[in-house]
Amino acid sequence: MSDAVQRRVLVTGTSGLLGRAVAQLLHDRGFFVRTLQRRAVESPWESVQGSVVDPDVTARAVAGMDAVVHLAAKVSFTGAWEDFVTTNIVGTRQLLTAAQHEGLRDFVFVSSPSVAHFGSSIVGAPAGTANPALARGSYARSKAAAEEIALAEDSPEFRVTAIRPHVVWGPGDTQLVERVVERARAGRLPLLDGGRALIDTTYVDNAAEAIVRGLERMDYAHGQALVVTNGEPRPVGELIAGICAAAGVQAPGYSVPGWLARGAGSLIEKAWLAAGSRGWVHDEPPMTRFLAEQLSTAHWFDQRYTQAVLDWTPAVSLDEGLALLAQYYRR
Amino acid sequence: MPSTSAVDPAGTSRQWHYLDNESDVAATGMDPVGTLLCVHGNPTWSYLWRTLLAEATSPETLAAGGPWRVIAVDQLDMGFSERTDTFRRLEDRINDLSDFTDALALSGPVVSVGHDWGGLISLGWATRHREQLAAVVLTNTAVHPAGFSLPPALKLALHPAVHKWGTTTSTAFLRITHGLGQPSLAEDVRDAFMAPYKTVARRAGVGNFVADIPFATDHPSRPTLDAVSDDIRTLGVPALMFWGPKDPVFSDRYLRDLLTRLPQADVHRFEGASHLVQEDRDIATPTFAWLTQKVLSQDVPSDAANETTATGYTSMLAELDSRRSDTSTAVVDMLPDGHGTRTLSWSQLSRDVDDLAAGLRELGVTSGKRVSLLVPPGINLTTLIYACLRLGAIIVVADAGLGTAGMSRAIKGAGPDYLIGIERALAGARLYNWPGVRIAAEDFTPSSAAAKKALFDVAATVPQLMANGRVVRLAGTATVFTPPAPDADAAVLFTSGSTGPAKGVVYTNRRLSAMRDALKATYKLEAGTALVAGFAPFALLGPALGATTVTPDMDVTAPRTLTAKALADAAAAIDATVVFASPAALVNVVATAAELTPAQQKALSDVGLILSAGAPLALPLLEQVQQLAPNAALHTPYGMTEALPVTDIDLPGIRAAGVGNGVCVGTPVSGATVMIAPVAADGTVIPKPTTEAGVTGEILIRAPHVKERYDRLWITQEQSTSIPGWHRSGDVGHLDTEGRLWVEGRMAHILTMSDGVTTPVAAEQAVERVPAVARAAVVGVGPAGTQAAVAIVETTPAVKRSGLAPMPLATAVREAARTVGLQLSAVLVIDAMPTDVRHNSKIDRAKLSQWAGRMLAGKKAGQP
Repeated sequence: MSDAVQRRVLVTGTSGLLGRAVAQLLHDRGFFVRTLQRRAVESPWESVQGSVVDPDVTARAVAGMDAVVHLAAKVSFTGAWEDFVTTNIVGTRQLLTAAQHEGLRDFVFVSSPSVAHFGSSIVGAPAGTANPALARGSYARSKAAAEEIALAEDSPEFRVTAIRPHVVWGPGDTQLVERVVERARAGRLPLLDGGRALIDTTYVDNAAEAIVRGLERMDYAHGQALVVTNGEPRPVGELIAGICAAAGVQAPGYSVPGWLARGAGSLIEKAWLAAGSRGWVHDEPPMTRFLAEQLSTAHWFDQRYTQAVLDWTPAVSLDEGLALLAQYYRR
Repeated sequence: MPSTSAVDPAGTSRQWHYLDNESDVAATGMDPVGTLLCVHGNPTWSYLWRTLLAEATSPETLAAGGPWRVIAVDQLDMGFSERTDTFRRLEDRINDLSDFTDALALSGPVVSVGHDWGGLISLGWATRHREQLAAVVLTNTAVHPAGFSLPPALKLALHPAVHKWGTTTSTAFLRITHGLGQPSLAEDVRDAFMAPYKTVARRAGVGNFVADIPFATDHPSRPTLDAVSDDIRTLGVPALMFWGPKDPVFSDRYLRDLLTRLPQADVHRFEGASHLVQEDRDIATPTFAWLTQKVLSQDVPSDAANETTATGYTSMLAELDSRRSDTSTAVVDMLPDGHGTRTLSWSQLSRDVDDLAAGLRELGVTSGKRVSLLVPPGINLTTLIYACLRLGAIIVVADAGLGTAGMSRAIKGAGPDYLIGIERALAGARLYNWPGVRIAAEDFTPSSAAAKKALFDVAATVPQLMANGRVVRLAGTATVFTPPAPDADAAVLFTSGSTGPAKGVVYTNRRLSAMRDALKATYKLEAGTALVAGFAPFALLGPALGATTVTPDMDVTAPRTLTAKALADAAAAIDATVVFASPAALVNVVATAAELTPAQQKALSDVGLILSAGAPLALPLLEQVQQLAPNAALHTPYGMTEALPVTDIDLPGIRAAGVGNGVCVGTPVSGATVMIAPVAADGTVIPKPTTEAGVTGEILIRAPHVKERYDRLWITQEQSTSIPGWHRSGDVGHLDTEGRLWVEGRMAHILTMSDGVTTPVAAEQAVERVPAVARAAVVGVGPAGTQAAVAIVETTPAVKRSGLAPMPLATAVREAARTVGLQLSAVLVIDAMPTDVRHNSKIDRAKLSQWAGRMLAGKKAGQP
């Protein structure tokens, strides 16, 4: 860092895999790190506990900071729309307001490529514009709205960038890896269309690095949304097989046509919501339309612009990541 | 605007609707370099020419010389021009157009542009405005239907019972025309074409236009038509024709007719396009490129790629002529199933050639006529070829290796005046309506002769012509043949069509001779050489080389049918010293080597040179060939239909080159030069030729035996010579420090990934070393510049279902590709690769890439 003064960064959402990695990396790079999370957790960093929608909490969290990296979000394939609105839209709005009020300079909004994914294949495409009306599923729609709100606040005095890591995974990941492993173990994970769809993913260390670069390269990154991936598209069937192999479980051996899964996903999703509201089920539905679309359509991206803006390339390859995952499961 | 047309009373004025880009031209601040006067046909309107209006002031056009003014009229009673309630005939319409240009006081050079019956009207205007006329541009049109039967579609439209209903009362004629788009017209475009013709009253002109087609000789418009179609012969200006060959009305026959009247014309046939060629393809960009070249620039572009003046010229017939009294063997056919041989001496061959030439001339085959030869290699074909060369007729050689559909497209594209074929070919000619006066290559059996002559509509047979010619020659009349001009067209050969429709490639006498000389000098083929002709293109050169030639017993449409025994027998028949063969043939020769008798083994061991031409041959296979012919130098030339051969390498050379990025094809042959045009990161070619070692790019060729041009493919020809002085091969490769060329694949097959340009061959070779893999293709999927690399493999045994490779195979293939620095995104298995028919070896990677793209997007993939 060229600044003589140590920069102070608030990181939200550090209970998750990526948030933790970002905080650690910032700390390693010499930033002063403060975290904000809902639950009380043991943390090596200065920590504020509470909700991002609470003005008192956000005011305390941003006090004395220079920048925010905002990862906190409700991430789920299902759930009531209102919950997504509260956490993802209202929460982001609240944090922006607090940061602006406190006079912070930079704001990194961690987003998702799904904000610009409208159900069809993405084949080597650039980031695209977030669209809450077209995005699929409550998570993507709410993140799209939040990203719009955040980028609208960008100005030379208050710089905002949106970093969209695509399908982040790594050791200790409860989102993708655990779900794949759990379902595979239960024999509840079909491949769609033979798992042919080419999907680019992001190893967690690469995603964390790119987010930190977003902050460091704010001169170039502000005002835009950048998709971040490993730049190594793979057929989804191979990815799942790779994750299963790392975790030592049997890879899925059966395949379902994509159109069938998409249709069935819609029905199951509705049934699960109804059942959930009656207290009959407590877990996530085995298939949703959003998930079916994610697993049966290609989504991989043109990374040239992102890598130029961030002056960054992924350090951990897909196969190296899978090896690290296997190491983790062997422990 | 005042009308002087006979149909109108004196003093009549008519209202015209027309498109004019005058304000766009003014906005450029430059003076127009000329005017395009565009005339639509029936039932369209000036909207048809909108792309020309847009392109006329584009930055590219301005940079090339300046803006063009484009005026596109709606003819009277058509489009949004006045409905006159008159019946305007051809003479009126030509006069109307002159009235229109008079009223506009058009000054400066004018290019007439026409489509459909508007082509005839625009040419009529052209013949009457010669002082202003700079060039003519024609698209799917006709000037003279005489001698042709009316196409069924028009016949129906003209029928009194249908005519009024079809053209005026209903919108049938309009809708049929709009339905001709290839691909289909967009809905808004259809609507636009229909816009001026919404009511019966507004369609009167459409019906009258059709009724004015002067098909019958006593038609009132016939004199004008005759005058225009004769007068255009003396226009003396550059002409350009863009043609959609799928047009059911203005078919290729009208193009051929126009070419007899405007022989100076440049032609581009857009294979697959139809009547509305300006809707089906981009004609605007090439039109202005052509105008820049032919009208604006006065100097003829030098075509140094061909270096014609650098070498002397010896006619293809020179050896034949010098051996008129030589009774030694010239040509031998190995008859099927060991039924011995048919042999002609040099004196017999030269006599037969002259007899046949005289007979063909009696039938009307003269200098410049095109003769399609659908006859298998052997003495008959050789005699035909040299008889045509004798006459200065142009041989058209579309071989069965193109497949029936490909051959049909090729023959129709070349448009032969005569078609000489064996019975099967004549059946094809009848079935697919191939053009040309038909001649049977052999006499029919007497019992069926009359019936078959009628069935195949045959004008003569080759033996008859030869006999006729002999009589004529013995009578002493017309025995002198004028030698064809060195730079006159001599042959049209065809590319294999593995990269789109087969392209016709034109060779002049000089270039054919140069091909012979390159072979002769490179391989030291002295007169007296005895060669086995197992590779068609070179086989026709035997008599020109002064070499004794034997054609082995094989089905030439399937090179793989050449057995070791057949090859050895052919070699034994003439004590062969040289063998020309295709790779597929050699594969089978090696596979059937166990059947050889000691005598046959001996015949092969006497061979001193084997050429394997067509596609590269794997080293292990060459080693096996070497075992069969231990005293032969094994050479594999590299080349293409457009330039053959270009480089050469022998077996020790291949061993010395070892493994590298691509296939090492050696150093340039006698007379040829090779350079590289580097490829930029986005896959585009930088037009700065280099010989720097290790630079990958498009392979550029310069040689006296490079093609003259592509046939009726003006745009393709321009692209192939866009780097001045060179033929752009479309192949990609690099030179090494020893000046050897390494071919890395086709330009169309390069992968443009985010870390730069990659060629597939090295990775494919690496992947093919994985034990389970029989054949591999590496393609890019996704947008240029950020493609993902995908390997597609054929396995042994073949898979039943194409799809993702199983994990162990995928892992092995990935690791193999990584050894040459390529990261694969996916590995797919396929039951069988799509390949070309002629060689069965060129993998269609473009198709594979699209298929892989569908596969990996989770879409329904179907077959590649």
